[in-house]
Amino acid sequence: MKILVAVKRVIDYNVQIRVKEDGSGVVTDNVKMSTNPPDDNAIEEAVKIKEAGKATEVVAITVGEQKAQETVRKALAVGADRGIHVKVDGILEPLAVSKILQKVVDKEKPDLVFMGKQAIDDDCNQTGQMLSALLNWPQATFASKIDVKDNKLEVTREIDEGLETIEINVPAIVTCDLRLNEPRYASLPNIMKAKKKPIEEIAASDLGVDVSPRLEQLKVEEPPKRKAGIKVANVAELVQKLKNEAKVI
Amino acid sequence: MAVLLIAEHNNKALRPFTLNAATAASQIDTDVHAVVIGQNSADAVKQLSELPVIKKVLSVEAAHYENFTAENFAPVIVKLAENYSHIVCSANTFGKNLMPRIAAHLDTSQVSDIIKVISPDTFLRPIYAGNAFATIKSNDAKKCITIRPTSFDPCESTGGSAQIEKVDASDEFSNTKFIKREEIKSDRPELGTARIVVSGGRGMQSGDNFKLITEIADKLGAAIGASRAAVDAGYISNDHQVGQTGKVVVPDLYIAVGISGAIQHLAGMKESKVIVAINKDGEAPIFSVADYGLEADLFEALPQFMEELNKLNTIQK
Repeated sequence: MKILVAVKRVIDYNVQIRVKEDGSGVVTDNVKMSTNPPDDNAIEEAVKIKEAGKATEVVAITVGEQKAQETVRKALAVGADRGIHVKVDGILEPLAVSKILQKVVDKEKPDLVFMGKQAIDDDCNQTGQMLSALLNWPQATFASKIDVKDNKLEVTREIDEGLETIEINVPAIVTCDLRLNEPRYASLPNIMKAKKKPIEEIAASDLGVDVSPRLEQLKVEEPPKRKAGIKVANVAELVQKLKNEAKVI
Repeated sequence: MAVLLIAEHNNKALRPFTLNAATAASQIDTDVHAVVIGQNSADAVKQLSELPVIKKVLSVEAAHYENFTAENFAPVIVKLAENYSHIVCSANTFGKNLMPRIAAHLDTSQVSDIIKVISPDTFLRPIYAGNAFATIKSNDAKKCITIRPTSFDPCESTGGSAQIEKVDASDEFSNTKFIKREEIKSDRPELGTARIVVSGGRGMQSGDNFKLITEIADKLGAAIGASRAAVDAGYISNDHQVGQTGKVVVPDLYIAVGISGAIQHLAGMKESKVIVAINKDGEAPIFSVADYGLEADLFEALPQFMEELNKLNTIQK
């Protein structure tokens, strides 16, 4: 079984983002960037499945500018076998990314495609589902547990009401929840080894996909700020304030 | 052209957020139709027909719709879509799972998780865990929109009498099989719609200690929430998680206990009307969004809180 894992480069989850003064977006210059957190879970899961002898190859792919290749290199350092970088300038919408991934899937013919359930920058939560629609493959979104059984996967999904278990036939798409596993850190020797692993570069324009934007981002602004609160001295004061000032209990 | 709302239900009844999504749909266009895809879902269909904002209800029934599988639902909506300008549903796990599958089939760029309808083609949505708001204009002919339910009030639930129309089912998608759903039953209010939420974080130190929270929640008629750290540590089940990748809640009162206030948690609760933080670390980021902050050891503060509540003559429910 061959697993393709899609990873995205985003502003690090610990960074407090700043909105640009001209309202055109958020500041990304000189800001720490990392792999989108649930994409790390996707890589980890694929590598674990390979280590368990149930997959033969793990291929990491990213779609983005030159620097996005760092995320593929990181995936190689934690166990992916080789990488693919589809180069594109600017920000693509999830629909365009899924069309690019579809082209790569046509060529690579993986049995499974894994990715994070949501990117923490645009919070769209679309790409995996869109890719499975384009391929007409089953989709297991928000996965917190995956059991590989021959040509089937049993996947536990995190849903609002609790947990749901489904069985999907391969080929299939799985989008990963943070609770799926604990991503490992790359060891120094593995980081060195990863530098020698191949990364194939493809220009998005060579894939013959229409990636033109359908959405216009008219403005990005800061959300309204909350009024500064107060500190109360003790529990009695807190309860009195909630009862008599805020009138919520 | 009209707007098509995808109803979320459990075959017996509508799920509450369908009413919030109906409000959002009616702000896009007054001509709102709604579709129920299910099995033995006549009661949900009837309930939907009684919402005054809904002008027509479409009902699609088949055994393979019983468990709301996106692979089975999407073709139904794609076929109906030719008569509609917008497809709308809630941005909860049901809608998040389903809508992109529809959008891709329609070759439409979806606008996810909107919090405001500015015009029929322009919407406000949070990005970066709610740390920025983006105004997005869609230039697609058909628009696929998911709405953040807590940002729209529920619509009136009685008084309407929309016409009901049966629609043919689509073929079953055979490569996905539903096995089971484990829903956590509770007598408490639902987390997403509760007036008061009491949440615990890693500071609770164990699942057992959550009984301190449960006791207070019972007293206040509140729902119980948790930070991702508390869920990851196994103190409480995932359906309680509040945050960027959990549930977004907007209660009148949110009490955060032993929660430091990571960006991703704040994303799920900072629009609450009144926020209380109880934490022994006075520098914890949760205090920056709290209206009332109490710097204290929660294991002393929570029993005292219960004691003070017991002293009150009346408690709003």
